[in-house]
Amino acid sequence: MTADKKYIKSFCIIQNNQVWLNGEVVFETEPTVFSDFSKKTYQFLEMNYPKFFKMDNLSKLAFLGSELLLKTESNSLEENSTALVFANKSSSLDTDVKYQNSISDPENYYPSPAVFVYTLPNICLGEISIRHQLKSENSFFIFANYNPVFMEKYSNILLETEKADKVLCGWVEYYNEDYKAFLYLVDREGELEHNQEILKKLYNK
Amino acid sequence: MEALKQELKSKIIEVLNLEDVAVADINDNDALFGDGLGLDSIDALELIVMLDKDYGIKLVDPKEGKVIFKSIETMAAYIDENRVK
Repeated sequence: MTADKKYIKSFCIIQNNQVWLNGEVVFETEPTVFSDFSKKTYQFLEMNYPKFFKMDNLSKLAFLGSELLLKTESNSLEENSTALVFANKSSSLDTDVKYQNSISDPENYYPSPAVFVYTLPNICLGEISIRHQLKSENSFFIFANYNPVFMEKYSNILLETEKADKVLCGWVEYYNEDYKAFLYLVDREGELEHNQEILKKLYNK
Repeated sequence: MEALKQELKSKIIEVLNLEDVAVADINDNDALFGDGLGLDSIDALELIVMLDKDYGIKLVDPKEGKVIFKSIETMAAYIDENRVK
């Protein structure tokens, strides 16, 4: 086990109808609902992945962020080499509420299987893994607030114990049209040091 | 029957969120699963719910779905014969 320095190779933020990549706005729309913003971002990224439109909003948010960071990594990704460590505050509550509403009326009881499958937050990790052919370690944690201390430690352990060559970390929070994604790729090489202070700074940018 | 087929195509696109598919893209005898529209197992469950909700048809044996959901043609024939609403 080695405790060499780790680096943030790239990072992105998606919130308030804007997409930031490595500190620069790369895409934005006029104020609109998330379904519209996410569709426009999908088109901006020139994706051809119809399954995207079947995902719930949390998965769409995580998926778009990962697409931004892993798009250019795909060719160099070795099997099982990039772990996923995500977290948020509201878990899958947005979809849980939608599902609950669909089954609350006994006279109109038609539970939707397509909604039900997204009533867990870690489903978004599965969607990302399928898209990028990852068969790696993945975990989704629920915290009261963004927790860079835990995220730094956990991703470093994965790298130091050689469970992963890279770690895609993410805070992906979505509830009732209020959303923020902050994703970053931790690597053994890079210029921006991977530590709690930098993670706090980048998150609040 | 023709109206029912058109209705089914619209419903499938809407219920299954087939963003890039138009009614005109679906032929009556196209396979809905596999190489055709590329629907998956969750879509199949969603179609079973749709039969119940919109046509009052309860599929007791999900295996029946394999035959019923083969194409728009087979779906429309089954619904026409078994609908209660």
